[in-house]
Order: sequence, then C-alpha cells, then structure tokens
Amino acid sequence: MGQIMSKLSKTDVWRWIIISFVGAYLLIPIFAMLEFSTRGAPGERSAEAWVAIPTFPKLLSSIFSSLQLAVVVIFAVVFILVPTMIWIHLRLPHLRRIMELICLLPLTIPAIVIVVGIAPTYRAIYQIFGSSPLTLSFVYFILVLPYSYRSISASLFSIDTHTLSEASRSLGASTIRMISGIIVPNIKVGIMSGAVISIALVLGEFTISNLLNFETMQVVINLLGKRDAATSVAVSLAALVFAFILLAILPTSNRSRSSKLKSNKKTEVMYK
Amino acid sequence: MQTLQNKSKVISLKKFETNNLFKKIFPYLGVVPFALLAIIFLIWPTLVVVYGSFQNLEGGYGFGSLIEVATNEKYLNGFKVSIQLASYSAIAGSILGGLFSWAIARGNREGYFRRLVLAASGVFAQFGGVMLTFAFLATFGFNGMLTILANSFFGENILTDASWLYSLLGLVVVYTFFQIPLMLIVFLPAIENLKPEWREASESLGGSNINYWFRIGAPILAPSFIGALLLLFANAFSAYATAAALISQGAPIVPLQISFAISGEVSRTNPGISKALAVGMILIIVLVMFGYFKLQSKVSKWVKS
Repeated sequence: MGQIMSKLSKTDVWRWIIISFVGAYLLIPIFAMLEFSTRGAPGERSAEAWVAIPTFPKLLSSIFSSLQLAVVVIFAVVFILVPTMIWIHLRLPHLRRIMELICLLPLTIPAIVIVVGIAPTYRAIYQIFGSSPLTLSFVYFILVLPYSYRSISASLFSIDTHTLSEASRSLGASTIRMISGIIVPNIKVGIMSGAVISIALVLGEFTISNLLNFETMQVVINLLGKRDAATSVAVSLAALVFAFILLAILPTSNRSRSSKLKSNKKTEVMYK
Repeated sequence: MQTLQNKSKVISLKKFETNNLFKKIFPYLGVVPFALLAIIFLIWPTLVVVYGSFQNLEGGYGFGSLIEVATNEKYLNGFKVSIQLASYSAIAGSILGGLFSWAIARGNREGYFRRLVLAASGVFAQFGGVMLTFAFLATFGFNGMLTILANSFFGENILTDASWLYSLLGLVVVYTFFQIPLMLIVFLPAIENLKPEWREASESLGGSNINYWFRIGAPILAPSFIGALLLLFANAFSAYATAAALISQGAPIVPLQISFAISGEVSRTNPGISKALAVGMILIIVLVMFGYFKLQSKVSKWVKS
C-alpha cells in the first residue's frame, strides 16, 4: 500500500513539474503583456495605455472590420460549407474524398504562398467590389476550411444522417427543411467549434491582409506598435482574452458533449 | 459501384435519356457555389503560382527563376534557416507539448482545468503573429519584464542584451510558444487512447513503469508522435507573421524573402522569383504533409482494429 502511494505521488510530482514549467512558458509572456501595458512612472502602475485605446480611430475601425469579417466568414461557413458538406454526404458520396482534399489543401499551401497567387485575383475584386476589407472574406473562407471541415465532418459522421433524412422525407419535409431543421441542429456542436476556431483565425490573421494592403486589426496593431508600443500591447492582450473567453464558453469538444448531443437528437427528432 | 448502376440505368432507359441526364446533373448544382469559391480562391491562385514560377525577367518563359532560386546562395540560405527554424521549434514543441499532453491526460477528463487548458491552447495555437511578437518583446525585449527583473537582481547578464531575441535562437523560442499548444491539440487524443487495461496487463506480468513506457507506450504512440512532429514542422515552416513583426531588417527565412520579392516586383525585378520561392515551399510542405497523412491513416487503422 505504501509503495503504491509513493509511486502515485511520484507521478503526480512529475505531472505538476511539467504543468508548471510549460504553464510558465505560456503564461509569463501573457503576464508580461499586462505588466508592460500598465507601466506608469517608475514604481507605479497606470491604465494610460488602456485608456488610450479609443483615441485611435483607425484602431477602432480596424477592430470593427475584423469583427465584421469574422461574422461574414461564419455566415459563409454556415450557409455554404455546411449545406455543401451535408449535400455531398447524402447525395454525392463519391465526391467526399475530393471535398476532403480541397478542404485540407490550405494546410499544405502557406498563407504567404496564397498571397502570391491571389494578388491578381484581388486586383480584379478591387475593380468589382472596391477596397473594403470585407472583400477579404473570400480568402478567409478558404483559410478556415481545414478547421471547419474537420469539426463539422466529425459531427456529421457521428450521427445517422441517412435515417434522419429518410424519416424527415417520409414525413413530407422538403430538402431545405430537412437540412435546416433536422441535420443542422444535430451537428450544431461541430458547427459551433468550427465557428469559434474561425473567429480566432480571422481575428489573428496578418499575412494576407498585410501584403494585400488591407487595414485589419492585426495590421493596424503592428503599425501602432512602432508608435505607441504600450497601447498596441494592451489591444493585443484584450483580443487574446476575448478569444479565450469565446473558446472557454462555447462547447469545443464533441466528446464531452456527446451524451447531451444524443439526448438532443432524440428530442429533436421527436418534435420536428 | 453506385455510378456503375446509374450508368446501366441510363442505358436501359434510353427513352427517358434527357430526363435522366437532368436527374443525374441536378444534384451537382448543389455544390456549385462552394466549387466556384474553391476554384477562384484556392485552385486558381495555386496554379498562378506554379505557372508563374516559369516566368523570366524578360517576360518569356523558362526555368530561369527556378534555377535562380535553386542556385543563388541567398535563397538557399533562406531555405536552410527556414528548415532549421521549423525543425528546432517542432522538436522543442513536440517534446514539451507531448509531456504536457501526458500531464493533462493524467488529470480529470471532465474537469474545468482540462477545459481551460484546451480553450487556451486553441487560442494560443491560432494567435501567432503580431501579438505573439509583442508578448515576447514585453518579456525579453530591451525593456521587457524579465530583462528588467534579471538586471535588477544580477546586474549585467545574458538577458541584458536583448538582441538574442532577433536571432535564430530567439525565433525558435518564440515559435515554440505556438507549437506547444498545437502539439497538445493534436497529440492529446492519441495519449488518451492508451487503454488502462494495457498498463494493468503489463503490471500483472511484472513489468515496471519503465518497461511499460518503452515496450508498450512508446511503440503505440510513435506514429502519432512523428505525425504530430511533421505537422508542427509544416506549421512553423509556413509561418510568416511572427517573423515579419519581429525582424525588421534582412530576410533570413523564405516567407520573408517572398514578401521582399513581392514588394520588389514593383521596381521591375524578376516577377518569377516570388513564385519560384513559393513553389519551393509548397514542395517541402507537400512532402512533409504526405508523410503526416500516411502516418495518420496508419494510426486510424491501428485504432480501429
């Protein structure tokens, strides 16, 4: 008994040594951002850098553009990617592999390479849609594909789509109603976690917007860093915390929610 | 199988051929919006890069740019440093992240701590770039928190000269920050797949803890670990934003050389260079990701059986 106890605590000691070392690696820079952005006169703390955030109109408008972009990209995921994936899953299963290939392709093509190839396309887009940063939603939709695809397809494979679709059709539901009313509620968790990663990615994106000369949040923060380091660090920290809260609140793993998903599925099927 | 059946149907029902053809084409209309987006914003740009790499200075076509990239000392060195940076940060990230995954897997699976760690990993793995650079400048920069702290305790020391942050070592330290959380996301499921029965079996046969890890744990986890290592390599190799925000002079790595080449194109330099560099990057990443997917399918087969 004593031997088992000492063995257990030895594992636990190692566990906490690792957790505190890696934790320090990840958290000290975050804490340093807080410390750096609240420096006042020597030996004093000051909220000056944080208060100064609203005094940069360019910064505010860029934050607004980035949030808008995140919303548009999520709409594109929900109204283009999700229906296409369900449609292929149900009607065109032989296209599944090519769909997977296309969705995972952005993982093998770095953003910097996409910029090189997409610059001529964006010159054409500039002619048609103008210079709004919102035009970045096209290429951001491509960037979030691998992450959204993975979480949505995991959900899609975990439910019995064929039985659900046959049941809804035998009850007289149209295809659109079947997708929006039956399938989508059942893969909600996958869509949500895909959406959350998309938000984090869009808010953090710098490469493409910077090289295509769009003023998104990261581009403006980078410019601001050269003039007012403390404020740009403050904004960065705020954005990090914002994304962290989003990820912590919203369900991100299928496994922990699977029991709930199952009960949802039952009620969903019963009531629709 | 299904298409074969469809084909035979078409042949047997020649009378309704047009009707049938419509029925066959109709389902494909559903994928048109997605296909258009993918073609215009993913497939076409990729083709532009590959095609453009055969462009020469004079506007003609040939292997000039590709040969230039493959022989010029400057670009070769860029690839060398990029590969070094990606390898070192992938090794550091996979070891630290792997140990961290083990430490998290040993804890409560439904607990809040695990959930917090996973949420933070999701953010940290995505938030490379400008913010990460600022975080490290606030820590180890000339006026960084730890630099000042170390100065006040030890006087002049190794941290005082913060220029190390801009060297290869500094880039590795900064990159490892986003590699660790990515490793956790990729590797935690593999480590949680280790069944407690295997450990019990090993213990009941008299195996020690070391025996268990060397003879059971390590061989089972090896494909997942190497796969994750490759993914981390590709991740660091393709990263641009962090280095761009940190390094303001010179272009030691390929992504920075590409961005320099793009801005240089305005002033009439060879337009093929950026594309040739990009093709070089794609080749290396495709090779690495091919290994990753091969290992992935091996892992999933193993888990199923």
